[in-house]
Amino acid sequence: MSAPEDTPLLEIEHLSVTFGAAHAVRDVSLRLDPGGTVVVLGESGSGKSVTARSVLRLPGRRASVRGRIRLAGCDLFALDEKAMRQVRGRDIGFVPQDPNSSLDPLRRIGTQVEEVLQVHGAVADRRARRARVAELLALVGIPNPARTARSYPHELSGGMRQRVVIAMAVACAPRLIIADEPTTALDVTVQAQVLDLFTTLQRELGTALLLVTHDVGVAAELAADVVVMYAGRIVERGPAAAVLTAPAHPYTAGLLGARPRPGLRRGELAAIPGGPPPATEVVDAACAFAPRCGRAEPACSATAPELRDVGPGRAAACLLPIAPLQEVGA
Amino acid sequence: MSLLSVENISKRYANGVLAVDDVSLSVAPGEIVGIVGESGCGKSTTAKIILKLLEPDRGTVRFAGHDLADVRGRRLRSLRARFQLVPQSPQTALDPRMTVGAAIAFNLRVHGWSRAKIPDRVDEMLDQVGIAPRLRDRYPHELSGGQVQRVAIARALATGPDLLVCDEAVSALDKSVQAQVLNLLARLQRERGIAILFISHDLGVVEHLCDRVAVMYLGRVVEEGPAEEIWARPRHPYTQALLSAIPGESRSRIVLAGDPPDPADAPAGCAFHTRCPRAVEECARRRPDLLPLAAPHRDACALSTSAVPV
Repeated sequence: MSAPEDTPLLEIEHLSVTFGAAHAVRDVSLRLDPGGTVVVLGESGSGKSVTARSVLRLPGRRASVRGRIRLAGCDLFALDEKAMRQVRGRDIGFVPQDPNSSLDPLRRIGTQVEEVLQVHGAVADRRARRARVAELLALVGIPNPARTARSYPHELSGGMRQRVVIAMAVACAPRLIIADEPTTALDVTVQAQVLDLFTTLQRELGTALLLVTHDVGVAAELAADVVVMYAGRIVERGPAAAVLTAPAHPYTAGLLGARPRPGLRRGELAAIPGGPPPATEVVDAACAFAPRCGRAEPACSATAPELRDVGPGRAAACLLPIAPLQEVGA
Repeated sequence: MSLLSVENISKRYANGVLAVDDVSLSVAPGEIVGIVGESGCGKSTTAKIILKLLEPDRGTVRFAGHDLADVRGRRLRSLRARFQLVPQSPQTALDPRMTVGAAIAFNLRVHGWSRAKIPDRVDEMLDQVGIAPRLRDRYPHELSGGQVQRVAIARALATGPDLLVCDEAVSALDKSVQAQVLNLLARLQRERGIAILFISHDLGVVEHLCDRVAVMYLGRVVEEGPAEEIWARPRHPYTQALLSAIPGESRSRIVLAGDPPDPADAPAGCAFHTRCPRAVEECARRRPDLLPLAAPHRDACALSTSAVPV
């Protein structure tokens, strides 16, 4: 696949995913430039994982998908399954939350990393492939690559297993890595190492990153473009530095206000009342956040707000967005 | 006097893992004490020993002056009414086939409440945690995660405990819902003087809620002190690295090499010396004690300022 310079690497247009009556993703559009980073931030049930997995055409069983996803101009939904299998692993590397789900417990680490190279014909010669496996394990910061290659997954710690999965994801030098909560199952000191690893790999390999997380801190750490999802929709997007310090959407503001932060010592946290609506009960003709929103007016329950510009490179789907540099609720 | 006093407890599992190694800590009435640490540091084993779900190999756990090793049967049950567990996962915390009201009632019956008084108490407890008593006939799957966790807290509160042991009690909740539960715990401490032992790997939450914090690494407490003090001036290199690893914070990052060692094969000397950026030869030989003795802020590091006589 080749494309002109200004073509975005990844283009998601009007993606909708339903599981029976449950409308998990609702009209999501986003784009990612070559080598860029987009963080999709949301809570459980927001549709963030389904969005990411739809790019791999693995949204989940019994999913019905509408919209279009292009990778470097190529329509992924037009590919047959065989071609799509080549895209996965070769053009797109995937890092799931739980490394155990992508490692076979009965086979050695080295064999599994090697398989990725073999399946995609990245390195034909067997000996060269072995050497490449050791290189990849070293690249992701595994201390003793030769010994680790001979190990079984259970002999490694969670952090090491996640590094192996990242090594597999970058094995064929893909142009895009999709990471779904890649550090959520890891301890905080190991999480810091893995986030650093993503940044380093992007710098060295020029890979783009689409990272899904529930953790505002992770989004801030990667300092990328952030897309905030709620009840299947994008409610806000923009540069992380701006969105996470001066949110325009009341949900983003609520998410930030609910976080314990230094200096607040046991003071009342601004919890968002209630909980997100089930995906079966979200209606199209209203803002899904309105029932929990302190700023909501009657109009909010009568119209679904479109994403509108709220500042440089920023958009929010809210009839009454919070004005920049204005106090929340003012 | 301490409400809970844990003195030099150790526990080695059958597989050879020394999960808890000479841990001491105390909780005063109405105090919120946090235990933080990464997986395998022994924080959950410590909780199980405190709840007498596990016997320590050595050491003593005293609750309200009673040595838990000596109490059993009916006396243990009446003591247990006073220290209750709030478990981690809202999904597994409650029996899916029992209505939330029945779950709370069950805990009351176990602790000898008369049937006549139970319904009113159930409604009172639901109200306490901000759940409309009319939801008492709902099943856990009909409630949200945050509501189920509040029901678990209501169940623990029903017997009138002096101490709640919260083992990762808010970790599985979304942040917007987690705040509801944290506000509830803070209110229970403030209004009813309930003490809480709060075990969590989430440093931000611990800093927010706790008066004092014990930092554990590989079965040992490596630093202990007032939460504000530790966050402002962490002394142990492990605590410093841990706090610097919180994503999105402005502390300059201390990246630790490697992973926590295998607890079954813990290093000699200071358990942290294999990853410590400041380790010297002595650290591999001698295991430092928590010092200074009886000070409010103590740490177990040979190089710590507190270890050097001034």
